Amino acid sequence: MTNNNEYKSIPQEKFAFVNEGERLTDKQFDDKPIGYFKDAWIRFRKNKASVVATVIIICIILFAFLAPLFNTRYDSRFMDTYYAKKGPRSIALYNLGVDGGVERDYSEKGLIMSLAVGIGAEDWDDHDATLQEGLESKYQPILEIGEGIVSLDALKKEKVTYPGYVDTYLDVGFLYRSVEQAEYQRIVAFEEETGLKVLYPLIENNEYTPDPNNANYWYKMVKNQPVTIDETGDVDKLYYEDLVNGVPLEDNYKRDAEGNVKYYEYTGGGTAETAQYKIRVLYYNYYIYQNGFEPSYLFGTDSQGYDLMLRLAGAIQLSLFVAVCVSAINFVIGALYGSTEGYYGGAIDLTMERISDILAGVPFIVVATLFQIHLSAKVGAIPSLLFAFVLTGWIGTASRVRTQFYRFKNQEFVMAARTLGANDRRIIWKHIFPNSLGTIITSVALVIPSVIFTESMLSYLGIVKLGTAAQTSVGTLLSDASGIWTNYPHLMIVPAITISLLMICFNLFGNGLRDAFNPSLRGVED
Amino acid sequence: MAKYVVKRLVLMVFTLFVITTICFMLIRILPRELPTDKVLQQVILARWEALGYNEPLLTQYGIYLKNIFTELDFGTSWYISFRTPALEVLTSKILPTVMVNLGSLFVAIPIGILTGCFAAIKKNTWIDSFISTMVIVFISVPSYVYAFLVQYFLYFKLDLIPVTVYSLADAGGSWFTWKMIHSMIGPIIALSFGEIAGLCRFTRAELTETLTSDYMLLARTKGLTRAQATIRHALKNAMVPILPMIIGSFIAIMSGSMIIEKIFAIPGVGQLYIMSINLFDYDIFMLDTIFYTFIGLLGGIVTDLSYGFIDPRIRMGER
Repeated sequence: MTNNNEYKSIPQEKFAFVNEGERLTDKQFDDKPIGYFKDAWIRFRKNKASVVATVIIICIILFAFLAPLFNTRYDSRFMDTYYAKKGPRSIALYNLGVDGGVERDYSEKGLIMSLAVGIGAEDWDDHDATLQEGLESKYQPILEIGEGIVSLDALKKEKVTYPGYVDTYLDVGFLYRSVEQAEYQRIVAFEEETGLKVLYPLIENNEYTPDPNNANYWYKMVKNQPVTIDETGDVDKLYYEDLVNGVPLEDNYKRDAEGNVKYYEYTGGGTAETAQYKIRVLYYNYYIYQNGFEPSYLFGTDSQGYDLMLRLAGAIQLSLFVAVCVSAINFVIGALYGSTEGYYGGAIDLTMERISDILAGVPFIVVATLFQIHLSAKVGAIPSLLFAFVLTGWIGTASRVRTQFYRFKNQEFVMAARTLGANDRRIIWKHIFPNSLGTIITSVALVIPSVIFTESMLSYLGIVKLGTAAQTSVGTLLSDASGIWTNYPHLMIVPAITISLLMICFNLFGNGLRDAFNPSLRGVED
Repeated sequence: MAKYVVKRLVLMVFTLFVITTICFMLIRILPRELPTDKVLQQVILARWEALGYNEPLLTQYGIYLKNIFTELDFGTSWYISFRTPALEVLTSKILPTVMVNLGSLFVAIPIGILTGCFAAIKKNTWIDSFISTMVIVFISVPSYVYAFLVQYFLYFKLDLIPVTVYSLADAGGSWFTWKMIHSMIGPIIALSFGEIAGLCRFTRAELTETLTSDYMLLARTKGLTRAQATIRHALKNAMVPILPMIIGSFIAIMSGSMIIEKIFAIPGVGQLYIMSINLFDYDIFMLDTIFYTFIGLLGGIVTDLSYGFIDPRIRMGER
């Protein structure tokens, strides 16, 4: 320890004036001052969960707005009823080996029926395609077949089930169409141009056809059992094992007198242009003929045959639109109402509180229902939903603003402003309101997930009907899927995951905002 | 205290009256649908005439109020259950709703409070962050997603609870048979997730606050162990806001969850509400509106009042 005695006698020349001849001023700040919002932003940035949530929200919003833009082939109104409820299938991924098939158990007859689609696709040029050719066909719906499993059914009869792996798009197989002659010519021209086979021979309507409307029964069947018939007319049952051993399916095509297969049949209509032809098409290629591209749906198709990705993007847009509108309107009404209540107090406060009490007492579901019944025919479903949200939605924001005003209105800075002659409006908006802005922004941000949830719930219950040809909502997608989704899981999984993710992220985002704006958390962070 | 209770009750009656009046007007001016059956049409039209449905709106409202106060008659169901008093239709639907929601409360309360306490005691450890993360997830995910998950994993994949009760007689003639309760397990689980998460978050917040208060320091200083101090002092004080919330949710169980009732086909109040809208059964719709409003207001009052009963230090009605 230094002893003060050492400094008892310091020579005079050692002393010098500090900053002699210079003006003494305050030092300039090296860095910029940190304001309220910047401070909040710094704290928000430190909250990793909120940042991640914000990034995910931005991704979902980008998806919702960019997915329709990138899909230049068709818009959200595009639908194909034959490819409804189909699982995800992407051509780009298909070429990489991701086939998007689903597992399915087949009975023997069902297996032959599905296999026959691929065999039939190769069978057209008047030679009997074998199973091997069928399996190698591009149009073979069954991608893999497992070993048959023998089990006993309810009647203690042995039955064999084959676990299969199937492409549900190709499984649609053949369909009958009725087209005009000109269209028929166009299809023929398309076939020549692209080399894709669309038209297939028609099927004879005889005793070997169990269902004349099913274009997939192109082979001979007796009592739903595939058969072969030799020259003497003997009926021989055909089993899957026979197919494996190389016995071809016997076709049942419609033939003319010379024995050539018929590709079309005149069904009516007078002139050459309006003559109606019945044709049998391989639907996969017919789809390409109609639309110019192969079916490729990244999220699959919904229960009606729309592209689920575009419908979902539209639904997210709708949810976000409703949520942002509601929170913006709530913000304005709540701020005005709450600040008036809080600032003036007394009788005004009491009256306005009673009014908001009464409004808060009305169950929201009743408000939504009544607005839908009364208004949706006049102004549409979405505006009447907005009205319903706004009617009672602002009450929470207003009461928060009111509390903040009670907190600040008697503080010194307000008194100072008043003493300096500021009028009420200036005190409210310039002095008190900015102080309560953090709380309000938080509550407005937390309105968004609750609106998204309520909107999906109302449309799920069918109280608000938002499903149209152009747009749908998450709730409608889910309620369309509700009865059938155990067979088509993607119908439920995709919208459910999306809305859960949106809800989680918006809640995390709101919580992050609350922590950032709440100064009482300063210093507690660790 | 008594003055405050009376004041709240009067206010509640007033609010209920205003809401009822507005809703009555809005519902009565809706166009009414008639069945296609000509004979039934005549019958219904004659009944409506006799019941004064063709009078001016205010007269109708007078008749409606008079019937409620003199005969407890809230109108008649015309489509859901032909010519049954609306009140009877509603009361027959309350029990299923209450049973399912009560079941989920019985599951949610112990689990929610226990996990909440656990998270608060282990604050700032990985257990706490794990529970808090799960709470955020479980609160955010919509209830119908849980319903789908329960249906998929318990019913479809594991084949655990595939009980369908077709009618009351099918379940053994009572609401309290084993088969009936068995069939309720699915919706109870689906409802519980959100409630557990909500309760857990609330308990954690309250208990962390009480655990850091001065009286806890005193308790530890005077020689209590951490467990003793937590149970005797912190938990008791933390319960002050938690209990009213639980009491409030016991009132709210009567209104139930519409979406869960729809997904699991529970013949409850929520399903009745949706049916009344779809079938244009407006007397039922009106009664349902009154019922929901009443339950909502009552829940608020009971929650507020129970603060005073649980903690006498809280004086009700003071500003």
